[in-house]
Amino acid sequence: MRIKLEKRQEPSKLMQVVTPIASVLLTMLVGVVVFDLLGIDGQRAVIDIFLTPLLASYKWQDVAVKAAPLIIIALGLSIGNRANVWNIGAEGQYIIGALCAAGVGIAAGTAGGPIIMVTMILAGMVGGSAWASVPAALRTRFGVNEILSSLMLTYVALQVLSYLVGGPWKDPNGRNFPATAPLQPDQTLPILFSGTTVHLGVAIAVVLPFVFWLLMSRSVFGYQIRVVGSAPNAARHGGFDGNQTVWLAMLIGGGMAGLAGALEFAGSLKAINLGFPSGYGFTAIIVSFLGRLHPIGCLIAGIVLAVTYVGGQVAQTTVHIPNATAGIFQAMMLFFILASDIFVRYRVRFIPSAKAVVQPAPGE
Amino acid sequence: MDFLIAAIITIVGISTPILLAGLGELVVEKSGVLNLGVEGMMLVGAIAGFAATVLTGNPWLGVIGAAIAGALAASLFGFFVLTLNSNQVATGLALTIFGTGLSSLIGLSFVGRIVPQFGSVFPPELARDPLLKVVFGYSPVVYFALIMVFAVGWFLKSTRAGLILRAVGENDLSAHSIGYSVIGVRYAAVAFGGAMAGIGGAYFSMVITPMWAERMTAGRGWIALALVVFAGWRAGRLLVGAIFFGVLMWMELNAKAGGLSFLSFAQYIPSQFWAAMPYLMTVVVLTLISMRDRVGLNAPACLGKPFLPAT
Repeated sequence: MRIKLEKRQEPSKLMQVVTPIASVLLTMLVGVVVFDLLGIDGQRAVIDIFLTPLLASYKWQDVAVKAAPLIIIALGLSIGNRANVWNIGAEGQYIIGALCAAGVGIAAGTAGGPIIMVTMILAGMVGGSAWASVPAALRTRFGVNEILSSLMLTYVALQVLSYLVGGPWKDPNGRNFPATAPLQPDQTLPILFSGTTVHLGVAIAVVLPFVFWLLMSRSVFGYQIRVVGSAPNAARHGGFDGNQTVWLAMLIGGGMAGLAGALEFAGSLKAINLGFPSGYGFTAIIVSFLGRLHPIGCLIAGIVLAVTYVGGQVAQTTVHIPNATAGIFQAMMLFFILASDIFVRYRVRFIPSAKAVVQPAPGE
Repeated sequence: MDFLIAAIITIVGISTPILLAGLGELVVEKSGVLNLGVEGMMLVGAIAGFAATVLTGNPWLGVIGAAIAGALAASLFGFFVLTLNSNQVATGLALTIFGTGLSSLIGLSFVGRIVPQFGSVFPPELARDPLLKVVFGYSPVVYFALIMVFAVGWFLKSTRAGLILRAVGENDLSAHSIGYSVIGVRYAAVAFGGAMAGIGGAYFSMVITPMWAERMTAGRGWIALALVVFAGWRAGRLLVGAIFFGVLMWMELNAKAGGLSFLSFAQYIPSQFWAAMPYLMTVVVLTLISMRDRVGLNAPACLGKPFLPAT
């Protein structure tokens, strides 16, 4: 029997839904086997990482708070990825967004209220976009590869954060610990359900995917992004400017990452220290692919990845594996989803073995 | 004088791992593949080298183990990217996350153990004199890295296989139509890149601090990626660039410790400035390279693009 790949006329809608789910299930299965081989209770580890956060209701708030930045960043990145603009510097844009929000907080002093809060959020978006505008400008002006430039700038952003929290913005009452002063209570984002940590940013992360969905499916802008990504030549003939698309994709990607940073700061952490950059900007790339670059997909995938983060902490105490182990599962999910692309674009045909054929076809 | 000698020895130590990983990534990128998983492969190499040394008691076997582990991790990347045609950027990032997690997990049973440092192989009498120490005082891995600079440079420039590799990276469809196996060449390049990154990672766990700690390569894989671009995809410049980045990182270490008093201007510059410099300068160099004409440009034309022959 032979296996043959036939290119599909159009990407399979069914496979686009089936493959992410299959990837998660396959990851869990492989996880059990690999962990058992390493001498760790694999079944327990996989249950704790993937299921405990969903089954234990007291973990839901952790999942929601962790999912929010992942969803928001992934929404922005999906726009770029669809248009073949590869912004992999979201981590840096996230950091700069948070720093801009922190700057507003510091400048505001003891003043608080909705105006300060809105200013912080806007500053985060502007900051993230500004950081992303550097790779955009270099790409459109000089043809600089945005993958490399946006990645490099992430590590510059890390140093900017380290400098600010260890120097000019260090909390004077913080016992010389490199961190900003915590926000005033009326500067932080409102909590949605009292007694939990679920802040306004979570609501934004739930609403935004639907906004992006409308934008992508109903607007000329969404059409432009899709055409530039899938048929660049047709897009040029149709009058869509490639440079403009790069700018839009980078500014939206950066703005969303900056927004996520500002919300994480003002809603969750309330102060910035050296531990603030947690790799959300990189994990969001997994989210956008697992969500198949679809806004609603990003919403669901963001929750899945947040579950593995929270579950990783659970497994740390139950089966005593390092926190970074959740990364093995996150990476496996991405490996499988990327590999399964082949089922979306191709039809797999099983052709019975050629035993019956005595004479080879001419030309073979 | 003692200060200068100590500085040189430190800088060589900082430069070696990024030089090793950078040389590997150079060959990978010259074949047209962008593997962003360098950091992950270095960590896999770091734990594999350490574990192999603990289990066999032989640091040479440790280095070989690191190379094999790095090559295996890279082949995993190769399978997805080359055989299944998955997106290179995303797969590379996944490899880094995967390698970080896997090394932490395997390293769990090696935390707190120590191996003898894989130091100088020359008789100690030779390295007693401080001036001779600058020449003879290093781990064999350092000399290996230096030899590899010339080996990789010679391979890419003067051998038939190197020419084929560059052709594959420059125009995969043409190379394919002449009859070269694009995928085969790229697999070999990716595995070589992984082996070199693995040895670079092992330098941390076997030479710099002969022990295992989670994430001990501390982001040097990303610097190695920057280095390849900074060097304009040339092996010779990679050596110069590695030393230059080494100096910058040495400045950072000193600024952190408040030890730059010998340079009056340097006391006003925060350590973060030095830490950011390699990345900033890479962006600048990348821009300068991109501004120049395509003629004389060394960046492989097919970098990061999947190979899709018309069937």
